[in-house]
Amino acid sequence: MSTIAALGRLRAAATGYAQPAATVRHRHLSARPMVLVPYVLAGEAFAPLAVLVGTDRDRPHLLAVPQPRDRDRRFAHAAELAGRLLPHLGAFAAETETIERRGDDPYERSLDAPQVLVPTAGGIEYLRLLGRSTRFRRTDGEFAVPAGVPLLGRWSTWLADRAGVPGSSVLLAMTDLLTQAWATGQSAMEDGDLASLLAWIDPPAGRRGDEAAREAEGGPTAGPATDPAFDERLVPLITAFDEAVAAERESDEDAARGERERRAEQAIRDALAAELMPTWDRMWRGVDLLSALPAGASVAGRWEADRASYSFFAADLADPESRPQPRVPGAISAAAQLAGRERAQARLDAEQVRDDPLLMAAVRLAGEAFRGELIAVDAERMVTEPGKKTARPRPLLVFRTEDEPLFGPGTELACVERPDAKARVLVNEPGRMELELFGGMGGGKAPKPGSVPERGEVLCWTSLIAEFRRSPDWPAVEDTPWTHGGPPPEPGSEPDSATATGPEPDDDALEEWS
Amino acid sequence: MTTAHTRAPQGDPAALAAAATAAVLADLGSGAHRGVVVDSPPGAGKSTLVVRAAGELAASGERLMIVAQTNNQVDDLLVRLAEEHPHLPVGRLSATGYRLPPALVGTSVSNAEKAEALDACAVVVATAAKWALVQDRRWPWAIVDEAYQMRSDALLLVARLFDRALFVGDPGQLDPFATVDTSRWHSLSYDPSQSAVVVLRRHNPDLPVHRLPVSWRLPASAAPLVSDAFYPFTPFRSGTGPGERSLRFEAAREHDAYDTVVDVAAGSGWGLLELPARFTGAADEEAVRAVATLAARLLARGGTAVGERTPAGVPLDASRIAIGVSHREQRARVESALRDLGATEIVVDTANRLQGREFDVTVVLHPLSGRRDATEFHLETGRLCVLASRHRHACLVVARAGIPELLDAHPTANPVHLGVPVSFPDGWEANQAVLAELGRHRVSLTP
Repeated sequence: MSTIAALGRLRAAATGYAQPAATVRHRHLSARPMVLVPYVLAGEAFAPLAVLVGTDRDRPHLLAVPQPRDRDRRFAHAAELAGRLLPHLGAFAAETETIERRGDDPYERSLDAPQVLVPTAGGIEYLRLLGRSTRFRRTDGEFAVPAGVPLLGRWSTWLADRAGVPGSSVLLAMTDLLTQAWATGQSAMEDGDLASLLAWIDPPAGRRGDEAAREAEGGPTAGPATDPAFDERLVPLITAFDEAVAAERESDEDAARGERERRAEQAIRDALAAELMPTWDRMWRGVDLLSALPAGASVAGRWEADRASYSFFAADLADPESRPQPRVPGAISAAAQLAGRERAQARLDAEQVRDDPLLMAAVRLAGEAFRGELIAVDAERMVTEPGKKTARPRPLLVFRTEDEPLFGPGTELACVERPDAKARVLVNEPGRMELELFGGMGGGKAPKPGSVPERGEVLCWTSLIAEFRRSPDWPAVEDTPWTHGGPPPEPGSEPDSATATGPEPDDDALEEWS
Repeated sequence: MTTAHTRAPQGDPAALAAAATAAVLADLGSGAHRGVVVDSPPGAGKSTLVVRAAGELAASGERLMIVAQTNNQVDDLLVRLAEEHPHLPVGRLSATGYRLPPALVGTSVSNAEKAEALDACAVVVATAAKWALVQDRRWPWAIVDEAYQMRSDALLLVARLFDRALFVGDPGQLDPFATVDTSRWHSLSYDPSQSAVVVLRRHNPDLPVHRLPVSWRLPASAAPLVSDAFYPFTPFRSGTGPGERSLRFEAAREHDAYDTVVDVAAGSGWGLLELPARFTGAADEEAVRAVATLAARLLARGGTAVGERTPAGVPLDASRIAIGVSHREQRARVESALRDLGATEIVVDTANRLQGREFDVTVVLHPLSGRRDATEFHLETGRLCVLASRHRHACLVVARAGIPELLDAHPTANPVHLGVPVSFPDGWEANQAVLAELGRHRVSLTP
């Protein structure tokens, strides 16, 4: 935790009111987010119980499974959820813009992309497991499922994968969004509870945040794990439903058929609605609070990456040859994923502190940035660097600062206010900093007009620099080297147990449910 | 705490080391294996082995590529190659703007940005990052240096360039790290965040693994402790015996805790300068000042290091002293404190960047000093191992009191992942072993 973050938490604890942890919102917030509040049955690896879903706060749709252990009902539920989600997820693919790329073919990028908001990180894991359990289902043969089910699985997998990319905004947990923006006086673990977190940030009129948070404790949980007290109320309802189904199977009276079962199911739905609705309302309250924050300057740039990923995925889905995402990534794609996420993390770290003076304050306190007034400029300074034949413009900038940056001579710095400028530390003395400008001045013999800061400017310089690194050229899958197990076996070929050292071939089709 | 898990190899160290090297070269020469792995404890002559193996492969007419992890490592290797094999045509593949360091100018080493320009060279050396950009070339042999520091995804990018390879590295040092959560790849045999050797061996369990049995760097006072704590199943011994190296200082003038701990370390090879217990941030001002002051005092005391390489004694100047810390911010603050004391030539660096380097005396800020909790980062065995094994004569540790209690309050709680080989040794136990030894050389400092 940075010093500023710790200070925010201490202040919140001392005053009873949440404190700002950021001055801007660092994630994209869609004008029409899809809110999804999932519940799963306790004690099962993954048995969906209910979902409250929708894009209109006044019209939540409750999808519930009256007997979550019944696998046919699970897939019926998945199909129903697909009916709600798929039209929204696919709706943004049609409108695109053409993006030119240097050294590569241009591609089509959608103008907007869907966004799914879940209450907690558990909701992201829910979508990953939903994807895992549905994307390999077949729509024909013995265990056929409705066509939307495997498609929903592929979308859920894309959303959950993308949520692991630092800075992505297609699938976000409300607790993460809120803790990025506000510091509370409770522990990080307690912040994982949406009810008490929101109570800290947005207490009822006349109440302090800490009081409101204590009152919110013990209410319905934000899921996907249910409250044990709720489980105890749910068990007799599910038992009643099972009995209704069994009784009606034996009954001959056509008229009464379905009525008892319908009533039992309605009782379960009512109980779930009562339990889920407080979270639904909190989700939209959270959306309101976050919309009131201005977006960080680089949020749109990161959203472009989400839009590109969305377009590529949508195009892949449309390809008849395309297959569901594999159960585990191969050696090459695992390495490419890790490298891609590390690039995204580096970009996010550098962009967030540039966008937000409060985050930058933490960096300044750690000695990795300073803010100061330019008190002297030598714009004419020229230097012939070792190994070079001609002198290049290297303007000298002298700053007065009260910060205490820990830069040694030669440290390269980037400027928040002048994103193109690059400078190197010459002298770092208490209160005074001498820099040499070496980038962002154009390629000419003299600096481009306006590229050298002027006396009196107050600028912030940091050693946290987002370097653009190209993705490496990963080998083709069939060229996987012997050090990493060699090329994986062709799909469908006989697995050779003596030499197979990679993951065993996918035997999912043999499983009734996985 | 210092019960030996396995006995250290016995006998004449030079003969032991020669036998190990001969076995490695025999395995290479036999051509029976696609890869050979050599585990080398700190200062066990890894570079010497690489240079010798390069010479033998080149002598048999095989073209060879060498993969190192950093530009400094490449340059160090080139200097050694040029010294040992002055007539061997050696190439250095480098990025735009790189210039050969003065030590390599006028040697048989040529520098180029493109592999095509170095086709006449018997040996080509570059960083893994640079090799990843090479196309349309293939070498019958590669030597991968510091292979335990290399991430397996980096090996994935260069493995297409060679048929067979010798992997050399120190398994006790810091594992490679990633800046994002890597749990989603944990159980994969080709986990891209694991070290190159771990992945290589999981896919090629039959490759021969050799171990170098003698540390030429660590003194007799340090090798048993480092071996027991960090290499419990693959013990090694020091190349020198007790008393073969000594550290002498001029008489103390201040007679304070700093002088006392310098004298303790001169006599025993270890010293612990202990500050009063207190919870602090990473930037513990008192500890930072104590580290810088202690290093400056080492210089001011006019030390002389006597050893097998320098029987007449050599003055302990700033180039023979280093300071090891855990965080970049600590490095910056110690450097700043050294500037105030006028001792700027002393190297200060984080454990990650001190890997592979060697000094006569080191001053270490203990990774757990002043902490309220013991996280995975601070408990990582490799971090302490690197910091406690850079010295030829003595290692002085600066720490706040209370670390044993902190450790007792934070037993290892790392999740165990299915299908992932257990890494040895346990960071918690290694920390306790080192602290137990340091406790015998404790000097209290009251700021």
